[in-house]
Amino acid sequence: MSDTLLTARDLHKQFGVTEALRGAGLTVRAGEVVAVTGPSGSGKSTLLHCAAGILRPDRGEVVFDGHRLDTLTDRQRSVLRREQFGFVFQFGQLVPELPAVENVALPLLLAGRSRPAAMRAADAWFDRLGLPGLQRRLPGELSGGQGQRVAIARALVTGARIVFADEPTGALDSVAADEVMELLVRTARDSGAAVVVVTHEARVAAFADRGVRVRDGRALP
Amino acid sequence: MTTSFALLGLLEDSARHGYDLKLAYDRRFGGAKPLRFGHVYRILAQLVRDGLVVATGVEPGAGPDRKTYAITPAGVTDLERWLAEPEEPQPQLQAVLFTKVMVALMSGRPAAEYLDLQRDLHLARMRELTTARRTAPPRDALLMDYQLFHIEADLRWIDHAAGRLDTLGGSAM
Repeated sequence: MSDTLLTARDLHKQFGVTEALRGAGLTVRAGEVVAVTGPSGSGKSTLLHCAAGILRPDRGEVVFDGHRLDTLTDRQRSVLRREQFGFVFQFGQLVPELPAVENVALPLLLAGRSRPAAMRAADAWFDRLGLPGLQRRLPGELSGGQGQRVAIARALVTGARIVFADEPTGALDSVAADEVMELLVRTARDSGAAVVVVTHEARVAAFADRGVRVRDGRALP
Repeated sequence: MTTSFALLGLLEDSARHGYDLKLAYDRRFGGAKPLRFGHVYRILAQLVRDGLVVATGVEPGAGPDRKTYAITPAGVTDLERWLAEPEEPQPQLQAVLFTKVMVALMSGRPAAEYLDLQRDLHLARMRELTTARRTAPPRDALLMDYQLFHIEADLRWIDHAAGRLDTLGGSAM
């Protein structure tokens, strides 16, 4: 399809004797929200990590915007991830020593943006995500939901075209989880970014436009 | 309605008289709520009228009714149609979901396929509710939350049951 942004085909990945992926695939169209679900150990997180260029598959291919991702060097993949992809994980993604606003600015600084410009861009996200006045708080001084909002800002601040979210609400109660998902989906749509969210929670998957189920290392539409 | 199909499932396994049918139902599906005899005979009479069950003879022995009943080809078709159709997600579905899985397992039909269909329909309903909730007034949104939690509970059971099918298929039946 012409608006296909990312395609992963026939991915295989083995960790020791464990076959995590056995021919899994994934297609993501521009601007859509896709939920990847499946039981524990089904391979859904490995599929996300391979599609996002964090892991290199043993076999199969990943094409992003017409270019093979799986054949890039580690350095090229790092640049691509920093500039085109955003990431939201369950926890542990914010640098604990840096205030929230600097955490958001970090990908821009790594991409070479001047500090004042990066800080201005980062600052603008705090009102947008319902976090006014929390710019100087350290991650340890934020609630779980606030921390995930900061992570969403950091994922989108570079103008990412896809946000990969791995169990983004796994550590939150249901009210905070709903708020985080609502913000993730809304801000990604406003920015024109697609979202791939890995989750074992049906209520989180229900925020997506469609779902892909992974079982025994294979993806079912 | 669900009880009728559970009885059809038991009759597909083997022809039985009413008393035997009641005992088999209570053992497999009854849980805390056994079937009353009168209810069994009312359902059987309706199934016979609909051509889904036929009385095949009278067993010798004591008791008010020793008539033996068997499922007809039309009954098998009806049972298969019911099994193949996912149920509209709604609260209090547990009896029918459970019965479908039990009937599928005891008849050797693919319970996993039924659970997959049901999962798809449940998720589709959850997506509809989640989208509608976005613009709903707070009171309606709260009701939608209630529905979402109930459907999610069904879904968790569906996933759990799907994960246990291998062990359920043999010993539990």
